[in-house]
Amino acid sequence: MSETTAIEIAAAVRSGSRRARSVVEDALAVIARREAELHACNAVLADEARAAADAIDAAVARGEDPGPLAGVPVALKDNLCTRGIPTTCSSKILDGWRPPYTATVVDRITDAGGIPIAKTNLDEFAMGSSTENSAFGVTRNPHDPTRVAGGSSGGSAAAVAAGYVPLALGSDTGGSIRQPAALCGVVGVKPTYGRVSRYGLIAFASSLDQVGPFATTVDDAALLLETIWGHDRMDSTSIASVPEPLSGGSDVTGLRVGIVSELTDVDGIEAEVRAAVERAGEALVDAGATVDRVSVPSCTYGLSAYYLIAPAEASSNLARYDGVRYGLREDGVDVADMNARTRAAGFGPEVKRRIMLGTYALSAGYYDAYYGQAQKVRTLIIRDFAAAYERFDVLLSPTSPTEAFAIGEKAADPLSMYLSDVCTIPTNLAGHAAITVPFGTGAAGLPVGVQVLAPALGESVMFRAARALEAAARPSGPSADNA
Amino acid sequence: MADPISRTDVEHVAKLSRLALTDDEIEHITRELAGILGHVREMESLDLTDVPPTAHPLPLQNVLRPDDVRPGVDRDEVLAMAPAAEDGRFRVPRILGEAS
Repeated sequence: MSETTAIEIAAAVRSGSRRARSVVEDALAVIARREAELHACNAVLADEARAAADAIDAAVARGEDPGPLAGVPVALKDNLCTRGIPTTCSSKILDGWRPPYTATVVDRITDAGGIPIAKTNLDEFAMGSSTENSAFGVTRNPHDPTRVAGGSSGGSAAAVAAGYVPLALGSDTGGSIRQPAALCGVVGVKPTYGRVSRYGLIAFASSLDQVGPFATTVDDAALLLETIWGHDRMDSTSIASVPEPLSGGSDVTGLRVGIVSELTDVDGIEAEVRAAVERAGEALVDAGATVDRVSVPSCTYGLSAYYLIAPAEASSNLARYDGVRYGLREDGVDVADMNARTRAAGFGPEVKRRIMLGTYALSAGYYDAYYGQAQKVRTLIIRDFAAAYERFDVLLSPTSPTEAFAIGEKAADPLSMYLSDVCTIPTNLAGHAAITVPFGTGAAGLPVGVQVLAPALGESVMFRAARALEAAARPSGPSADNA
Repeated sequence: MADPISRTDVEHVAKLSRLALTDDEIEHITRELAGILGHVREMESLDLTDVPPTAHPLPLQNVLRPDDVRPGVDRDEVLAMAPAAEDGRFRVPRILGEAS
């Protein structure tokens, strides 16, 4: 068996000991073997990937260095624009649309020698926690195909877990990278808000959305994050400062770690998940850190604030799907009728629900009671985190309250589905960073993730703690299922 | 906070949202939104007087850049993706009329 991590593949391709074309053919073979069952992809870009691989091999043959991702196949969540290649958001409303431009993060991957090989499935417009809200069918969990892969970036998580690719990109608005990563047993990162360009990421909730990596190892996740992050003049919310490199090792000596009580010691968190967080804390103590409980009281209200703020922003962002400029159009007697019929036919039930909820929360007479209150709760969460980070360097919590649940189990009850995001939402509301690392298994033998939270721009220390957890999990941790 | 959401509220919001919902959808959504709004009312237990709202996590002011000419997206490529286009513009059904 040859190289499997992105770091190993890129080193082999750059040195000429392995051809990018053979890496791509191996990835396509794994996809061919498992995709009919898993449905992680909306599209496999076989021709484009082969052509890109041949170009990289030709560059190596000429003595050129294709870059730090040389020959590494990367899967892209299908809400990232790829010029001339269909980009669907797993929605019927973008039927037939091929973007006229490419997302900055995708350009940065190809500029570094990476090879986009698939557009992955998601909950429609990234609204969901199971990928069951895709207009094109559910993505199944590679560890147990009767269970969900999580969501909304379920396709990217499954593609990495099933060994299609060592790296994938997702987007995280309330946990949409971290929750599916945890459920599929891979590493997932939600970077600081503004750290990664969103130019070409189709907007869901603009004060919360952030692009980030999936990988099988923490170092691979760092490699991809360092490739995509940094200022972009095409994104006015992009942070101008130059990021601190993530090559900080795994030394956690003296690191002050707080386990967040409100996200860990509460009803709804499975016992095995809580036990994993405890063991993670013990592992960090063994590695030289100090670990204590910390209270971040307003986190309890994060879910409520999020399910007003995110739908409110979504109702505004999704107003652009009006049958005029792209995608689906249904005929109507006038333009308003055409708009309403197009949107009714093109959006699925969850997207309609959130547009309705968000429009209601913003409408005259209700704005102060709902959206206004939620924005104030957001302030409290930011204040409570600031107080916690005076005493602690990083925080620890579960990523998902449960291991992967059965397909269909929560589909009929929106509120129970929303509760899947209870541990991940506060990070988005605060604009902070967080990473999930696989840490053992739950009652059904499926992967459990532990989340490391860090303040804004705290990625370097966060990755050190994540590497320490990864090292501690390795002896008894879940296999990557690269069958 | 506000009164429970009614079917009339939902019909009004559907119109604001430009969504031609069926009777079944209106009924479903009324029930589901009532459930979600019931849950978020837990925020009423917090004392939020004197707490300022947060709209955005970054302290961003206006972002300026040099006014230099750079290529934008190609007009023909954009219009090729439109459901209907004519003479370099998007074509839409009539905007004014007795039907609205």
